[in-house]
Amino acid sequence: MSALAQPRKWEQVFWPLLAAALLLLLWNYSVVWTKTKVFPSPLAVERGIAELLGKGLMWAYIGDSLRRVALGFCAAAILGIPLGLTLGWYPRVNQVVNPVLQILRPISPIAWIPVAILMFGVGELTPVFLIFLAALFPIVLSCVSGVSNVPAIYRRAGRNFGLTAPGLLARVVFPAALPQILVGLRIALGIAWLVMVAAEMIAVDSGLGYLVIDARNSGKRYDLVVAAMLTIGLIGLALDLGFRRLRDIRSVRWGFRDES
Amino acid sequence: MLAEAVTLETKLSARNVHMTFTRDGKSTPVLNDVNVDVAKGEFLCIVGPSGCGKSTLLSAIGGFLAPTGGEVRIDGETVRGPDPRRIFVFQERGLFPWLTVEGNIEFGLFKLPKAERLSRIAHYIKMVGLAGFEKAYPAELSGGMKQRLEVARALAVKPDMLLLDEPFGALDSITRLIMRGELLRIWREERNTVIFVTHDIDEAVQLADRVAVMSGRPANIQKIVKIDIAHPRDISSPRYLELRNGILEQLGLAHQI
Repeated sequence: MSALAQPRKWEQVFWPLLAAALLLLLWNYSVVWTKTKVFPSPLAVERGIAELLGKGLMWAYIGDSLRRVALGFCAAAILGIPLGLTLGWYPRVNQVVNPVLQILRPISPIAWIPVAILMFGVGELTPVFLIFLAALFPIVLSCVSGVSNVPAIYRRAGRNFGLTAPGLLARVVFPAALPQILVGLRIALGIAWLVMVAAEMIAVDSGLGYLVIDARNSGKRYDLVVAAMLTIGLIGLALDLGFRRLRDIRSVRWGFRDES
Repeated sequence: MLAEAVTLETKLSARNVHMTFTRDGKSTPVLNDVNVDVAKGEFLCIVGPSGCGKSTLLSAIGGFLAPTGGEVRIDGETVRGPDPRRIFVFQERGLFPWLTVEGNIEFGLFKLPKAERLSRIAHYIKMVGLAGFEKAYPAELSGGMKQRLEVARALAVKPDMLLLDEPFGALDSITRLIMRGELLRIWREERNTVIFVTHDIDEAVQLADRVAVMSGRPANIQKIVKIDIAHPRDISSPRYLELRNGILEQLGLAHQI
């Protein structure tokens, strides 16, 4: 986008806020006009959030959900980054392993629920495992393609200055692939947050996903359902915005030139 | 001509170098019996029609490609792989975008103690005129500055040879002229052996001690022209024009457009 077409600063905040306000109004009047008794109005949701905050449940559930996502995501990164780098570095190993990855990848983590319960029982580990699975594939695949997209000229320059394989991997291939790895991590974090909801609907009795299913099951409290949904959305947005900031780090910014 | 190169200390000698690329069962001969000697401290330019194998020859000298026949010897030793004693300089594209100017120059110095690293960085940043840009990233530099940085990174490891593959090809014509002057200045200071591949005949005649003219593919060296004009060279002098026209003729090109 050219500098001329860039909207002014206040406009960047004002128009999205206006859109959100209009949406809230539309929601409110839809509830009023249809005279629904089941679906809550924005105000009812706001009261629901206040109720959850008052009982101290909201922060506890947010904390539980964030903890599970953090554990699953970090485990996926710790295992997935070295695995992806290795597969990218040794194309022959990748040729052997890639078909298996491609079969496992399209299986929704939800489909793993019975197996997860079989392996980890009813408890904390099951949702963490499902989140881990969901995050693992985007991380591995972005590392593989990040490494194989490193321009040959960089490797050649690295070898010319006397680097052997370990040095080349650490000082050339990894930093060259890092922007793409960060993209994969960001996608993985988004998916981990999505899967958290489903994962917490089984096997545990806390967290935002549990809140959604529990509020519906115990007394059809749709105000609390929507309150949980909104909270999930807002935290997901905050996580994504936070992660995007990583690309302002100067040693990776070169990899994000053309993106907005 | 060769006789004179031999009386000086020979740095590099390519003997009967052949290179054939095989792809999908089809083999393409690229280099066909290349022979050349380069003296220590000499500035040799290699010119030839585009796609003739100039870069392939330079890659073989750098140790990135093994010749399919013959051998390249440097200091009497057969070249078997890349080596920090001979640094290959690309058209500015070989810089690491995740490192600063300092970081790029420091890249090849990892075996040296810290104090030595810092003094080399400072020295070569000054030499190529990048003082004040130590913390800048390559993306923040102009094309000419990037090219100077790549030369500085190469020089910092104190190589005996610089292999330059059309290093100024991506620069505009004014910057290119400035860079030629800079390269000559640096070369006089450092006295490395330089092998410089270019398709620009004027560039070759302005820079080189000798110009090796390659034929079309499969290529060998048709002729080696000694440029017997002292620096700074007057590019309108009759001798300059005579040498330039001689090379053009060798390549079978007309003098007029």
